[in-house]
Amino acid sequence: MRQIISKKVIDMQPSGIRAFFDLVLGMKDVISLGVGEPDFVTPWNVREAGIYSLEQGFTSYTSNKGLYKLRLGISRYLKHRFGLEYCPDEEILVTVGVSEGVDLALRSIIDPGDKILIPVPSYVSYGPVSELAGGVAVYIDTQKNNFKLTPKVLESYIDKKTKALILNYPSNPTGATYTKKELKDINSVLLKHKIFCITDEVYGDLTYDFEHTPFATLSGAKENTLYLDGFSKGYAMTGWRVGFACGPKDVIAAMTKIHQYTIMCVPITSQMAASEALAGGRKSVEEMKREYKRRRELMVGGLNKIGLTCHVPQGAFYVFPSLKKTGLKSMEFAQGLLKKEKVAVVPGTAFGPYDDYVRMSYASGYENLKEALVRIERYLKTL
Amino acid sequence: MDEILEILEKDARTPVEDIAKMLKKKPVAVKEAIRKFEKGGVILKYKAVINKELIRDSGSEVRALIEVNIIPQKDVGFDKIAERIYSFPEVTSCYLVSGTYDLLLIVEGKDLHTVAQFVAEKLSPLENIRGTATHFLLKKYKEDGIILKHKEENKRIAISY
Repeated sequence: MRQIISKKVIDMQPSGIRAFFDLVLGMKDVISLGVGEPDFVTPWNVREAGIYSLEQGFTSYTSNKGLYKLRLGISRYLKHRFGLEYCPDEEILVTVGVSEGVDLALRSIIDPGDKILIPVPSYVSYGPVSELAGGVAVYIDTQKNNFKLTPKVLESYIDKKTKALILNYPSNPTGATYTKKELKDINSVLLKHKIFCITDEVYGDLTYDFEHTPFATLSGAKENTLYLDGFSKGYAMTGWRVGFACGPKDVIAAMTKIHQYTIMCVPITSQMAASEALAGGRKSVEEMKREYKRRRELMVGGLNKIGLTCHVPQGAFYVFPSLKKTGLKSMEFAQGLLKKEKVAVVPGTAFGPYDDYVRMSYASGYENLKEALVRIERYLKTL
Repeated sequence: MDEILEILEKDARTPVEDIAKMLKKKPVAVKEAIRKFEKGGVILKYKAVINKELIRDSGSEVRALIEVNIIPQKDVGFDKIAERIYSFPEVTSCYLVSGTYDLLLIVEGKDLHTVAQFVAEKLSPLENIRGTATHFLLKKYKEDGIILKHKEENKRIAISY
């Protein structure tokens, strides 16, 4: 028999819920709480900048690292907002979303057998991409501590082969995030053991109870951290695919090497639009945040009332309720809910061994969410 | 602007409890702030925004923008004559503007004829009015920040990571 596909890819864990996704996509009039992106369209000034750039004939490649104007904008934004200084020439790389940033980072730092620590439940790509790069994904369960990594648990997972930690906060799928104090304690452990830190802070704009602290702003952390962020969530620009990586020169240089051979550069239209997003200010971000806050209260209050217990997520736009009281496994619950009440949620197994949970997104209209809660309650009564 | 006002300006029916949650305040405090705004005349009234383009039968209205040139009066400038004009119920908005004319009015009537009559019989004959120019509105695209067309359907795929 012919053997074309590499063993590495064959061994990759296929996403078990692909079939469920297809089922959802095939159905009509579904209230979807399964969406991982904002329910706003990109602000008009940003869309208009994209259109204008096309009219002006900006259709070429850009520098591998990204348009200088955009890198400068990112540099100024980080300085202004967080007091974080990155040189646009050598310490910033524009990537195709944070997803590419994660891939480049892992391929840049992993030697065969290096261990990458991943607190779970986590976003779907970290594990598979670590393994593709020849590393070993080490998952750290955070269930017992409100889905947060603690310094003690972190330290217990570190050994000689440990290379880096991937820290995503606010977290997809749990919405958990960290206070400055909690981050400091994690940072101390990393510095002590010389473990590199890759942070995915793409939901950083969406924190509700305290200000977001970028990891790189912590004392001693900047030289030991790769900061990944993007425009997808804060500016409702998921489809434009623009992210950025900021970090030590050598890491950015290594990532740029891979990026120039594989991606070359991020589409220029998207870069022009992203540049406008930064220039246009944060008014729409603040408005969005206020609305999410209200939805969060509605969802957390509503779910706890009907018996799907969940923590109060402090960021992003997800809740991760427990199904333990229903006695159902996540796929069974999700399929039943979809078929009987036409509400779509993502089974917890998508994010690790979390068969007692589902992820619900509240990036959906307030009235929609209210209706979804009514339907979920009705569904629970049929069980 | 106060955040409570920003929220109410967008949706006046946002429940007090929701505003309290959005701003991390106590509902009583929000209620009290709103009462103060109402009492102080900051919040004048609450009304529904109606897309009249969609109402076929209910005696659809005609609107016109009217530019008015005025000879200002001693001591009171434009205010006195403006008051005489905006007191007509047909005038729904009245602004003093810079440029080639002085007052900009929005006038409503049940048909072209009614509006034309108002201009000819009520407005133009007023003392101190030098001239008017009437522009009938043909189509409304956007009003007070609201785009008047059917909601675009959601283009997101129903499920994603």
